[in-house]
Amino acid sequence: MARQKLYFEDVKEGDELPSFTVENLTRTDFVKYAGASGDFNPIHHDQTFAEASGNPTVFAMGMLNAGILSRLITDYVGVAHLRKYRVRFATRVWPGDSVTCKGKVTKKMVENGEHIIEGEVVALNQKGEVAIQGSFRAALPARA
Amino acid sequence: MGGTMADKNDIGKVGKPITMRIEAGKIREFAKAIKDPNPVYYDENVAKAELGGVMPPPTFLMTLAHWDDGEGRPQVKMDLRRVLHGEQEFEYLGPIYAGDVLTAVTRVTDVYEKTGSRGGTMTFVVMETEFTNQKGEKVAVSRSTTIETGQVVAR
Repeated sequence: MARQKLYFEDVKEGDELPSFTVENLTRTDFVKYAGASGDFNPIHHDQTFAEASGNPTVFAMGMLNAGILSRLITDYVGVAHLRKYRVRFATRVWPGDSVTCKGKVTKKMVENGEHIIEGEVVALNQKGEVAIQGSFRAALPARA
Repeated sequence: MGGTMADKNDIGKVGKPITMRIEAGKIREFAKAIKDPNPVYYDENVAKAELGGVMPPPTFLMTLAHWDDGEGRPQVKMDLRRVLHGEQEFEYLGPIYAGDVLTAVTRVTDVYEKTGSRGGTMTFVVMETEFTNQKGEKVAVSRSTTIETGQVVAR
């Protein structure tokens, strides 16, 4: 896992972020995230409650999916360079689903002496449906 | 449905400040849960060399929302069975390291209604949280949009 430092000069508008897929999310994954985040809304781990709420079963916390998607950005820009991360939740992610994370750089600019890039990211399930749509902004180091 | 849903009167409501020490062990647990294998979250030496210390993943700040027993959340009545997380946004204004003590204050900044595609009114509640570190520096702001549907959510 040698990670190279990304410089502003290395980025072009339209560049794609290296995509990846997290296969087969399980109920155990939801429970792990519940413990790590403290989000114990029963709709994500309690079958009885999920059914009473009109769901066939429990489903992933949106923020678990947003966390998985955040790695796409931090692997690319480095966690220290992130300035903004925004997500909109679309389709829910169910046990057994896979999540593919993709993104691209949409804008590059110098603002108040900072070397800024902006981009769009998306998390798709195995059917290609959008689970999350997101965007980010980062301030990168520059060679010059 | 009277009294069980959020309305405009909730705008401006503020929750109790929540204070949390950012711990390396909690960061590691969180990184594992989001399936991020980046060694900066697991190996303090790598983190020090690359970042100057262990930093949390971008969405780690959500843990502050669940750190207390709910007092940090402004008192807005919502039915958990009808609530969806619509949007979430984070702005990172300064570095956060393990060892920092963050205080989060959450306020309701907007409440509005929309008619859903299948009829019924959806109520949108926007809450903004400011995160301040032990030196009094504002290091992050998060904005969360929660949607309360007119009936129990079914798909």
